[in-house]
Amino acid sequence: MNRSATPTRRQLHPPPVPALPFPYHPGSLLSASDLSLDEISHILKRATALENQNPLTRDRILSKRRVALLFYESSTRTRTSFELAAKGLGADTTLISSLSSSIEKGESLKDTGLTLRALGAEAIILRHNSSGAPWLLEAETRLPVLNAGDGMHEHPTQALLDLRTILPPLAPATKTCHPERAQRVEGPASSVTTPAIDQVTPETLAGVTITIVGDIQHSRVARSNMLLLPRLGARVLLCGPKELLPELAAQAGPGITIERNFEAALRQSQAVMMLRIQAERLAGLQLDLEEYKANYQLTGPRLAAQAPTVIVMHPGPIIRGLEVTAGVADGPQSVILEQVTNGVAIRMAVVERALTAENPQGGRA
Amino acid sequence: MTALVIRGGHLIDPAAGLDALKDILLKDGHVAEIASPGKLKQSNGAEVLDATGLTVAPGLIDMHVHLREPGQGYKETIATGTAAAAAGGFTGVAAMPNTRPVNDSPEITRWMQSAERAAAIRVFPIAAATRGSKGEAINDFAALKSAGAVAVSDDGLPILKDAIMRETLSAAARVGLSVIQHAEDTRMTQGASMNAGATAFRLGLRGFTNEAESSIVERDIRLVQELRDARAHLHVAHISTAAALAAVRQARRNGLRVTCEVAPHHFLLTDEHVGLYNTNAKMCPPLRSAADRDAMIEAILDGVVDAIATDHAPHAVHEKEVEFENAPNGITGLETALGLSLRWLHKEWKLPLGRVLSLLSAQPAALLNLKGRGTLTVGSFADVVVFDPKAEWTYNARETRSKSRNTPFDGWTMQGKVRWTISEGRIAYSSVVSPMSISQNGLSS
Repeated sequence: MNRSATPTRRQLHPPPVPALPFPYHPGSLLSASDLSLDEISHILKRATALENQNPLTRDRILSKRRVALLFYESSTRTRTSFELAAKGLGADTTLISSLSSSIEKGESLKDTGLTLRALGAEAIILRHNSSGAPWLLEAETRLPVLNAGDGMHEHPTQALLDLRTILPPLAPATKTCHPERAQRVEGPASSVTTPAIDQVTPETLAGVTITIVGDIQHSRVARSNMLLLPRLGARVLLCGPKELLPELAAQAGPGITIERNFEAALRQSQAVMMLRIQAERLAGLQLDLEEYKANYQLTGPRLAAQAPTVIVMHPGPIIRGLEVTAGVADGPQSVILEQVTNGVAIRMAVVERALTAENPQGGRA
Repeated sequence: MTALVIRGGHLIDPAAGLDALKDILLKDGHVAEIASPGKLKQSNGAEVLDATGLTVAPGLIDMHVHLREPGQGYKETIATGTAAAAAGGFTGVAAMPNTRPVNDSPEITRWMQSAERAAAIRVFPIAAATRGSKGEAINDFAALKSAGAVAVSDDGLPILKDAIMRETLSAAARVGLSVIQHAEDTRMTQGASMNAGATAFRLGLRGFTNEAESSIVERDIRLVQELRDARAHLHVAHISTAAALAAVRQARRNGLRVTCEVAPHHFLLTDEHVGLYNTNAKMCPPLRSAADRDAMIEAILDGVVDAIATDHAPHAVHEKEVEFENAPNGITGLETALGLSLRWLHKEWKLPLGRVLSLLSAQPAALLNLKGRGTLTVGSFADVVVFDPKAEWTYNARETRSKSRNTPFDGWTMQGKVRWTISEGRIAYSSVVSPMSISQNGLSS
């Protein structure tokens, strides 16, 4: 065989990459990128409406519908928040956690999901330690699945509740509201509280910079937020050491930039999300915590010097004295507990969507 | 054994430099005669296969498959794996030793080749390089070779210790066997489930870096260089990164015996084909970046790649219906290798048909020292594939002859439909009802 031929350099046309499929069930929420801006607007609207509704009438919306909470990882905020949300709409909830179920005996996610469906579950809220597990559960059960955090991948309801938290202070109402609504803002009724913003567009957060700080590599909160916020016009800065923030994170989507200097990032930001170092996912990585604190801890003096008006966020759980000082967590710029409160409203809207969506059209092959 | 005539086909035998219309007579398991159409002298009484409009070529040889026996018959057996191979046009497969137990003994090597396994085609065992593939103590290569082993490898459990790898290369060279290395520094790939890169980051999965492959290839090449006088032969299994290919290219320029194979999925797919956690796109080495995939195509076209091998790795459905990180590595490939190679390497990228077939037969036969295989000269084994080179068809994984159907190529368009696969003179696979049985039915009705 003749192997001495000059190497051919031709235009290759390799097989195309198929488009990423959508969820099977229109009620599912697996990724923050599954939602159109209209759907996000709808969820924000419903969150506000449900939050303001009389609990006794709200209770009838999903009366006696069955929602399963399937948790393979421990959780305080997300689990309680989803449970209160589902119960607040009148649904019956049941909690299956990995330590008190047949999961311990080696039952697969598929079998657990099919069992829950056979028991009458109409939607499953899944927290799982493996990235991608909600896609598997949805494919096998064809039920609406709500991703309550999968491995290092996504946590879409956290991104939505973060959005609900930053919209009132950072998105001027006049820019995003309907004209008639903007007029109503001047009326006496709305002057008492900040009007909720419920219509988002690609410009809603134009000019706004949000910095996510710390363990980006292992954070599903970071991934969901960096997929969601740029679609509303925000610029997302990622800040952290190389071990926790690889360079290629900037390629995760448009509108994402890496700024390793925390002070410089703070100076440009209107909101800052502090993340916990996920010790359980470090996989042997050794970090010098003193050095980490020196570079990335959000302290009172750092905040006062660099960003005296920035909104301080944290998805929890907080390790006080590591990524933030107690003073900052409890300080006037912190909206950490508002985030938690917003979680219930957002999850009411998302659970309602799951159980009232039209029947699946089979979006995925 | 009855004689068989393949009549009217276009014979392509790259090793013999033959590319012409020829009739061919197979007798007693060997090629007995080749002649211009209608000119066979000794064909009286032979069964006739009409190959008009079809290509006749040496049976394909896959130098890298997992047949799962002994020990994991629920994934595949030697019978089912070789049936799938025959359907894919293969007449010989080299079976990796990561069975249960590991094939590190002449007994298992012989057991795999025994007639009781009911193999449809020839199985060539590759024996473990080290005891239990633990990478600590090397096996008796002479004994393994006389039991039928065609190479040694600890596939899937690469030999990391320099001293053991050096000893393996030199001991294998002494008995004339090649060492096949699955190049992966497993110390660098803990918890990894796909290619390291932007897609892995987006999906929240830990990645295999390119360096985990190329560093082992580079280390192994250094050892081959040191053992230059012993003529050690290193064969890099399923190479997947441009960096490792560059090392192989350089080693060859330096006159070293370093060869490599590429799997169809590595010259066709990228890490983006993982999509949303498709476990049938999970294998090791993983699907790489587009740049690495393009480097595989270029290297095949340039002749740097010595063989196309499938790394056929069947897994049961329930093993793949799990979380991506928990799914086992591997995909099936025996039934799709020819169809994909012809569709893409030949039709799309214009690699001449003879070169595609050589990568799938003559070259792997030479790498494994399989005498009388990979060619159809008179006297060689009657291992033949007859296929329609123009036929397009769609692969349906549910119709597979393998016990497993973990393939990312389900529903893909293939080119080149196998009509007959003949193993040592015996029809091992036929996609058509034989003319004999048609005429018999005609008489009886």
